[in-house]
Amino acid sequence: MEHKGGKKEGLSVLTYIALSVFTLVTMLLCVCLGSVSVPPDELLSSSIILNVRLPRVLCVALSGASLSLCGAAMQGLLKNPLADGSTLGVSSGASLGAVLAITLSISIPSLPFAGTMVMAVLFAFLSLIIILSLAYKLDCSLATNTIILIGIIFSMFASSMISLMMYFSSDRLRDITRWTMGTLSGSSYTNALVLLVTLALCAAVILSRASELNAFAIGEDNARHIGVNVRRERLIILIAVSVLIGVCVSVGGTIAFVGLVIPHMVRLILGPNHKKLLAASMYCGACFLMLADLVARVIVSPLELPVGVVTSLIGAVVFVFIFFRSVRSRHA
Amino acid sequence: MLEVRNLTVRYGSSTIVNDVSFDVARGEWLMLVGPNGAGKSTIVNAISKGIPYTGTVLFEGKDISVYKPIELARRIGVLAQGQRVGYSFTVGEVVRLGRYAHKKGFFSSGCDDDTSVRRALEITGLTEIENQSLLTLSGGELQRTFLAQVFAQNPQLLILDEPTNHLDLVYQKQVFELICNWVKEPNRAVISVVHDLDLAKCYGSQSLLLDRGRIVDLGKTEAVLSQDNLKKVYSMDVYGWMRERLARWSD
Repeated sequence: MEHKGGKKEGLSVLTYIALSVFTLVTMLLCVCLGSVSVPPDELLSSSIILNVRLPRVLCVALSGASLSLCGAAMQGLLKNPLADGSTLGVSSGASLGAVLAITLSISIPSLPFAGTMVMAVLFAFLSLIIILSLAYKLDCSLATNTIILIGIIFSMFASSMISLMMYFSSDRLRDITRWTMGTLSGSSYTNALVLLVTLALCAAVILSRASELNAFAIGEDNARHIGVNVRRERLIILIAVSVLIGVCVSVGGTIAFVGLVIPHMVRLILGPNHKKLLAASMYCGACFLMLADLVARVIVSPLELPVGVVTSLIGAVVFVFIFFRSVRSRHA
Repeated sequence: MLEVRNLTVRYGSSTIVNDVSFDVARGEWLMLVGPNGAGKSTIVNAISKGIPYTGTVLFEGKDISVYKPIELARRIGVLAQGQRVGYSFTVGEVVRLGRYAHKKGFFSSGCDDDTSVRRALEITGLTEIENQSLLTLSGGELQRTFLAQVFAQNPQLLILDEPTNHLDLVYQKQVFELICNWVKEPNRAVISVVHDLDLAKCYGSQSLLLDRGRIVDLGKTEAVLSQDNLKKVYSMDVYGWMRERLARWSD
């Protein structure tokens, strides 16, 4: 059959509208529901809604979108469906920075949250530089396997440093533990703004590289042969992912599984083409984390669970389900 | 079109390719022939993957290291051996990526892209399975998919590393006929690594016979694949063995 126009590979306008509507409805639901019930006529004037839930839900949605985008990009870049932002080791590096800030009570006058954020982003960058330098020393072509290996080793090193700090700072132990479990309670509009700006910039970089990510996902050699500047593009994507992960970690701590499970699920439905996968993962990641945060807020109300615990629980079950289903369908 | 001068590739202390020089002119199909470990794929990798080497490789008179990756991909297409895929991309998606080097800014070059992709799918017989996942393809279909990607790339020089890997006889013939027709178009040339001496003799206009990284002979295929040369390189009576095999078929 002759195709007159070029084949469109991205999401259709209708899909974008459907995903946007679903995200807005989820957001509305998460803002309205919580441990304290707010009458419908007071929704727009309630202090709980405007000062507590709305900034928190915005941060949760933006973090979910960011983590999923990073996961999708890393899984394509490293041609590994088990990769996510944490595979690179940057997530652990950012955590180390933030835990150091909490332990040493590092803060910036008039911006109490900025100390943790600056340290997390700084350490995310430092981690990236260390990981890439070590990988380059081992293998000047910066091969994917070398980066994964160094990333895993660096993650282990950062985790043991965090454990060491937790061991020696018993007075801040609760803060650190709560933070490492991942929580977005107490998020402010300033946090949301920082997340929004970072996501806008990094998403522009990553989304514009959908073709390159497709090529990497097929194979590094194939990417090189079709004309992708493999080293440059890989470096740009890694930097964008690191910045985004660093900011997310500084705001919400370590939130596991979102970056791993969401792109995986979206890929099962829409296929591996990054022209669809990246955008759809952002929407689905935002919705998933908002719903997980809602569960964390209401399931043992008035107490609250760290959202990272909920995402890990849901994510592990969903992941096992997906894994079994894909293995069974492969055998069938 | 391509000039290779004093190409030497070393891995650690061992020399894999030793002082190899050859030219490929327009309209030529150069076969790289030799036993395992002769350095055939290493030569191809040095030209296409930029693995470290000493010597010079010139394309159209310009050192290939000077070209940007995207500029090189518009001129040289590579079909590597042993393609392994992990994600379920469709045949069409992979072939369309062949147009990557021709996109302008963030946009594709439009009609040219679609025409090239459709033509590449047609000549490789993949139109019917355009929407099929790579994970469901046979080895031969997968090989033809990546060949279609290279055709869609529309290069001047085609470098093929064992292009008939995984292909049954029907597709071996089809692929070699396809390449034979492709190279007849003006301003085109092919370099391919082959193990099958029959195919090298049937289709190669020139041949480069290698042994342990060194050139044994270079020139017209008929002359290079002579009885003496092959006996020296393979340490066996290749002609005699070929005749013996053929005799069984005529019986």
